[in-house]
Amino acid sequence: MLDVRSCASLSEAAGILSGDRQAHLIGGGTLVMREVNEGRLTSGTLVRVTDPAFRQMSAGGARIEIGAGVTMAMVLANRDLAFLHPAARAIGGPAVRTMATVGGNLFAQTPYGDFTVALLALDAQIVVQAGYSSGRGIPIEEFLAARERGGQGLVTAVQFARPQNAGDFRFRKISRVKPKGISLMSIAALLPAAGGRISQPRIAYGAMAPTPVRARGVERALEGKTLDAGAIHAARQAALEGCRPATDAIASEWYRREVLPVHLGRLLAGEER
Amino acid sequence: MAKVPVQFRLNGSDRAAFVDAPETLLETLRRGLGDFAPKYGCGQGACGVCTVLVDGEPQLSCLTLSISCEGRQIETASGMANGPELHPLQAAFMDHFAAQCGFCTPGMLTVARALLSRNPNPTRDEVVEAISGNICRCTGYEPIIAAILTAAGSPASRRAGGGNHA
Repeated sequence: MLDVRSCASLSEAAGILSGDRQAHLIGGGTLVMREVNEGRLTSGTLVRVTDPAFRQMSAGGARIEIGAGVTMAMVLANRDLAFLHPAARAIGGPAVRTMATVGGNLFAQTPYGDFTVALLALDAQIVVQAGYSSGRGIPIEEFLAARERGGQGLVTAVQFARPQNAGDFRFRKISRVKPKGISLMSIAALLPAAGGRISQPRIAYGAMAPTPVRARGVERALEGKTLDAGAIHAARQAALEGCRPATDAIASEWYRREVLPVHLGRLLAGEER
Repeated sequence: MAKVPVQFRLNGSDRAAFVDAPETLLETLRRGLGDFAPKYGCGQGACGVCTVLVDGEPQLSCLTLSISCEGRQIETASGMANGPELHPLQAAFMDHFAAQCGFCTPGMLTVARALLSRNPNPTRDEVVEAISGNICRCTGYEPIIAAILTAAGSPASRRAGGGNHA
């Protein structure tokens, strides 16, 4: 039997989620209700959070915090988050974006979870509240590595530094169906520059491994370089390091490997397609 | 399991129902309240046939808990016509043969209505984006896009902001 608990506070929800492995947080419903409709989730407790803090954003300053219950539509309505709009717009159609949350996207299985790819490139901290204690920040890579184990508590928010220049952050989702299609892959790049040279870039891929992954080879290839044809060529050469793409209904592993360097090169070169 | 009472406004009328806690809004609308405009399609959020407006925003009723709609405004395609007088979008769909089997039509009308309510003069690309979460498998998208653009240009639709013109 499936039950629903509505929690007026984050602490109450975190307490239930930490203590009951049969409890599942329901945010926008776009992941959990699919499981219910398909008959894969038939028992346990769906935990709803009605605490307004779950849907708050602090996006005006250098450090950005987005509540886990904030929807993609809310991100798109926030001008301070304009650099993230391409990533938010990549999620579903308008109705899905009204419902799908930033926190939920962290749990979307590949080839979904495009917004998480952007958060990985932005080096986000995932704020997790376990039990009735206060939340603590976990680096997103650590969070993704532990995601399948579950039982971590409640994701309450994500935090990250605003890119110094909006143009430092780039995102691209590649899909066969336009404007809405499932990811063949997605690529996010944070390319801070100092004195015209790339400094500490972060590149992330979606749908190129079981979870979003960083392209460390590309990051090494770009470090200290100006973003010219030579650097982009070197980045393309290193593009596949760490990739373990799957063959699915959208594309074969072979195809994903073949086209990734092409799309990465276009993203770095600032080409439209 | 005990039933949970839920109340909301459906197409301008106060409605109440007793629902199972994990019941979807779609189930409540169809089985509980007899509004058969929204359909069950994929159950995954991919097809858009269950789309309704919740407080004016398109939402997938097959993925929405009924209890989360307490006190909210729900609008479906059933509420668009004013008696025998069709909504400009419905008239345009008819004029452009934008419905063949009709299964996707309520969802298409609903997302189109949401689009025109916030953007009375959309571009073709904006219409394509608005219906991008709705799948049509027989009519083809071009008549649907043409119908929405035509309705956007109609004075009645502009006056009503694409919403209920009653």
